[in-house]
Amino acid sequence: MQITLKIVAIVVPIMLSVAYLTLAERKVIGYIQVRIGPNRVGPRGLLQPIADGIKLAFKEIILPTNANLFLFVLAPILVLAPALAAWAVVPFDEGMVLADIDAGLLYILALTSVGVYGVIIAGWASNSKYAFLGALRSSAQVVSYEIAMGFALVVVLMAAGSLNLQDIVLAQKGELGFINWFWIPLLPMFLVYFISGVAETNRAPFDVAEGESEIVAGFHVEYSGMTFAVFFLAEYANMILISILTAVMFMGGWLSPFEGIPGLGAMFDWVPGIVWLLLKTAFLLFLFLWFRATFPRYRYDQIMRLGWKVFIPVTIVWIVVTGVFVLGNIPPWFD
Amino acid sequence: MELFIFYAFAAVMIGSALAVITVRNPVIAVLFLVLTFFTSAAIWMLMEAEFLALTLILVYVGAVMVLFLFVVMMLDINISVLREGFVKNLYVGIPVALIIVAELITVVGVKNFGFEKFAAPVPHGPDYSNTKEIGRVLYTDYVYAFELAAVVLLVAIIAAIALTMRRRPDSKYQDPAKQVLVQRKDRIRMVRMAAEKKKSD
Repeated sequence: MQITLKIVAIVVPIMLSVAYLTLAERKVIGYIQVRIGPNRVGPRGLLQPIADGIKLAFKEIILPTNANLFLFVLAPILVLAPALAAWAVVPFDEGMVLADIDAGLLYILALTSVGVYGVIIAGWASNSKYAFLGALRSSAQVVSYEIAMGFALVVVLMAAGSLNLQDIVLAQKGELGFINWFWIPLLPMFLVYFISGVAETNRAPFDVAEGESEIVAGFHVEYSGMTFAVFFLAEYANMILISILTAVMFMGGWLSPFEGIPGLGAMFDWVPGIVWLLLKTAFLLFLFLWFRATFPRYRYDQIMRLGWKVFIPVTIVWIVVTGVFVLGNIPPWFD
Repeated sequence: MELFIFYAFAAVMIGSALAVITVRNPVIAVLFLVLTFFTSAAIWMLMEAEFLALTLILVYVGAVMVLFLFVVMMLDINISVLREGFVKNLYVGIPVALIIVAELITVVGVKNFGFEKFAAPVPHGPDYSNTKEIGRVLYTDYVYAFELAAVVLLVAIIAAIALTMRRRPDSKYQDPAKQVLVQRKDRIRMVRMAAEKKKSD
């Protein structure tokens, strides 16, 4: 009973944030492009996501002929389920976690790697060439970037000495506030992980899986109504997940950036940890939107080059460098 | 509860494993194989082998099977052609299968199976970490075997790359390092020429 309540307390805010992230995306990109974005539904367009949700829920679900119907309907669920299940191990504050398991980092990696099946199955079951091409592009991309992501996490676990996400955050605690976080000693990994996260969620500038100018919308071209909405929900839930994980692993999770700094540290003591975590997550989510408004889409071969020839060698080098850091007890992070 | 979970997952696992070899569509067969891996990971999880369970999902489900699916989807397999010789070759196939089964029974033996041979695993305390345990064993007792396996894998990687690496003189590609260093003057030649006189008509 209690666990059900906890799950509801995690999933409902995620779903609300997903809804309002779509609004934030349209607003942010709007202002970047010197427009005001949605402003008709509700005060300043604040009810827009709800109107969109109702619209999608009442639209007809069109099932393509000769499609494998069972897999066609299963695919969106397979995308959304891992995106939500991964939240079980995310620590929101000290002790504030649904499942405090030792292999948390591995669990996250395993679950995020499962999400690609939804995309492949959607592309295959749709019985459509565009969808199939989108699925192939997406799966190749996700599998490539997963390796860089996995190596980045190996470096994090070396630095923290634990696979438990709570211990990873506590390993970043120190006298120097935000300087103690892992983003400084692991700066290349921070960048590799976040950029791979953008590629993993198929977001701009790595959104060749959708590629609306070439393959119209990629793997979900045949989906309509609520089935399409579930893909959408999963994409945004994954964005939030990647952001919160980056915040947990590289930006000190729930720790205050001013902790231990004389004067400032005491001034912000009253702020609960979860607020810091959500602020960091919101900042990283803003980066996702900023990227989308700024960069042109990568060409496919260049995506592969970046993943295999740049990120993977960088991560392998940094594994060695971090090994030296940890064994050398370099202060202030590893002493 | 634990017993119920075990039997539920075991039933799904055996069912999907059977489906792998019986369904007609190869893509569906691969998806059933994925389900088999997933349920076996869940059963390992019940045995407190969380590291192995998650690695199974991460490596096999998350990477290997994706590539497998990739290949199977791209192949244009015609099932009816594959099944044409099924009945014709049955009179050879059945004796071969029976011989293999007989050999397996004589080698492995029935005496090695049964409930009394396998005691129910004793649950460990909350401090027990399977991940740590595996790490300790791998880097102490089995360190040579482990390193040897790593070297074999490395050789396999290098061999795979060497086999597929070939220069194709007709393929065009850009060198991104050169691309980013390009300056305006490398590409544009400014031509200064006198303005032509306007034709008077």
